Amino acid sequence: MGRIEDRFNELKKRNEKALIAFISAGDPDIETTKDLVLEMDKRGADIIELGVPFSDPLADGPTIQKSYLRALKKRVSLKKILKMVKELRHKTQIPIVLMSSYNPVYRYGENKFVRDAVSAGVDGVIIPDMPPEESGYLWARSYRKWLNTIFLLAPTSNDERIKLICKMSRGFIYYVSVTGITGERKLLSKDIEGMIKKIRQSTDLPLAVGFGISTPQQAKEIASCADGIIVGSAIVRIIEKHALSKNGLIGDVGDFIKSLKNAIRHE
Amino acid sequence: MLPDKKGHFGIFGGKYVIETLMPALDELEKAYHEAKGDRAFHRELHRYLSEYAGRPTPLYFAKRLTEKLGGARIYLKREDLCHTGAHKINNTLGQLLLTKRMGKKRVIAETGAGQHGVATATAAALFGIECEIFMGEEDIERQALNVFRMKLLGAKVTPVSSGTKTLKDAMNEALRNWITTVRNTHYVVGSTAGPHPYPMMVRDFQSVIGHETKLQIIAREGRLPDYLVACVGGGSNAMGLFHSFYNDRDVKFIGVEAAGYGLNTDHHGASLARGKLGVLHGSMSYVLQDEDGQIKPAHSISAGLDYPGVGPEHGYYKSTKRAKYVSATDKEALNAFELLSKTEGIIPALESAHAIAYTSKIAKKLKKDKIIVVSLSGRGDKDVNQVAKMIGVKL
Repeated sequence: MGRIEDRFNELKKRNEKALIAFISAGDPDIETTKDLVLEMDKRGADIIELGVPFSDPLADGPTIQKSYLRALKKRVSLKKILKMVKELRHKTQIPIVLMSSYNPVYRYGENKFVRDAVSAGVDGVIIPDMPPEESGYLWARSYRKWLNTIFLLAPTSNDERIKLICKMSRGFIYYVSVTGITGERKLLSKDIEGMIKKIRQSTDLPLAVGFGISTPQQAKEIASCADGIIVGSAIVRIIEKHALSKNGLIGDVGDFIKSLKNAIRHE
Repeated sequence: MLPDKKGHFGIFGGKYVIETLMPALDELEKAYHEAKGDRAFHRELHRYLSEYAGRPTPLYFAKRLTEKLGGARIYLKREDLCHTGAHKINNTLGQLLLTKRMGKKRVIAETGAGQHGVATATAAALFGIECEIFMGEEDIERQALNVFRMKLLGAKVTPVSSGTKTLKDAMNEALRNWITTVRNTHYVVGSTAGPHPYPMMVRDFQSVIGHETKLQIIAREGRLPDYLVACVGGGSNAMGLFHSFYNDRDVKFIGVEAAGYGLNTDHHGASLARGKLGVLHGSMSYVLQDEDGQIKPAHSISAGLDYPGVGPEHGYYKSTKRAKYVSATDKEALNAFELLSKTEGIIPALESAHAIAYTSKIAKKLKKDKIIVVSLSGRGDKDVNQVAKMIGVKL
């Protein structure tokens, strides 16, 4: 069994929900990203999602776009990120998932990517602009090597697509809570629970909800109906605030992770 | 007949978008197929193309230009005479009729030179549909006249300040907006780019160019042309001209990309010549990018060719050698801009000037019995201010 599956099983036994924490790899630099991963692990994150910086991320709002640009200025690449994960594996066994646009993965070479990701200790990959229809090559190679390909479902997905994605996704399913791009939102959609119930009828995989969740209160609300919540832009904003000086960055991110985990611990 | 059912032209094309948009693309594809098989839709589109947009556009024999170059006979397909001044209206009328059919109340579009923005705003005004245009800040400056035209037509123009502030970023922002508004909004993609079904659909709507050209050249010369020449940014006017001739293997296709400061610099828009395979804006094609798959900024004197990607069907034409892709520099385009103005009394769009530039290179080397048809995709009024500035004339 893989680290992702193990983690969801442990949480289930403890009647807990998963906190999936997203940061952009290499923002503000690779060394700090490593420290952030270890801190988030220590303070209660259950799965780490690392964004692979891309010049033109279509599903991302301004916060993550800007953080990708900061990382790209430091010349962060997929190669360097895989090397970083490999180094992190000496220190932590927390499940790590990469989130990347398709082009950097394609340019790296899909076959090589799967091989190198697995050997670095990456547990899963989310490629938002690669729907199941375009995933054939990568999916088949990932399946053989036990790399989880995690697909997205959205509020606009119809029954047919829900079935297709439940069949193809591995590890967990990423439910996009809003009809929109990533970024913090004051109000979350009311029909999340209804969609989650509907998706449950087609799969036994854990369902994680992301896009827009930015406060412990929102985390708590969503966690009541899902198996996990994904928080990204709200964490990246803390990193952005420390763009000029890293003083206090690690602790601030850690404190925020702790507040999120506390909010969903006993749901 | 390409693309296949999933929108692939060989390895090119496809639908590389976030799940949120997939149902909308399916819906669009279905609506388009139904419309395609519906005579009433064709009749209505045809009526608007002829009574509103001014089609068919003339195929004009450029006698003075031909004589000056002293070689092949040069014909100009006068898309510059379309309503709004470019071929873009062929596509926007089709897509806006489709918008009405799908019952959507709002359209969005990206624009580079502003021609597609104006054409979308025009068709939206015609059908009473709300319209928002995304345009890079740099292009807003280069194309102030078109910005004002869009506003006059009732559209909201949203400046895009991310990235290179040009066409690529305008398309990013339009796609992001679509992800948010997809339930009531149709995205009017302006070129043969983007996810399936756009490259196919835009090609079909633009194919009226080649279809008319074929009838006109046969009427005039009694035979098909030897060469078709058109500029390629995303590639809609070129695909529109080429597609009807696909099976006429003796007709050579030449697409002219923007070489900017030169292909050996980092400042050009020649995705087919210098790009590598990759995915930008929802489809697989040639993309200007670095080793890590990060998109490189393009450059061209003409905002409409200032794009680091290219339509997937052009990628397919290149890989199967059905078309040849060449390029013209900023300087060559400027010279052609003046050449056509002075020899024929036609001020071409800077985009189209790239096609003229390459045509003038090959025409003189060809025998006098050869025929070249050039797509004059747009008129140059929008570029006059920019050109004046570049050659140091104060208006």
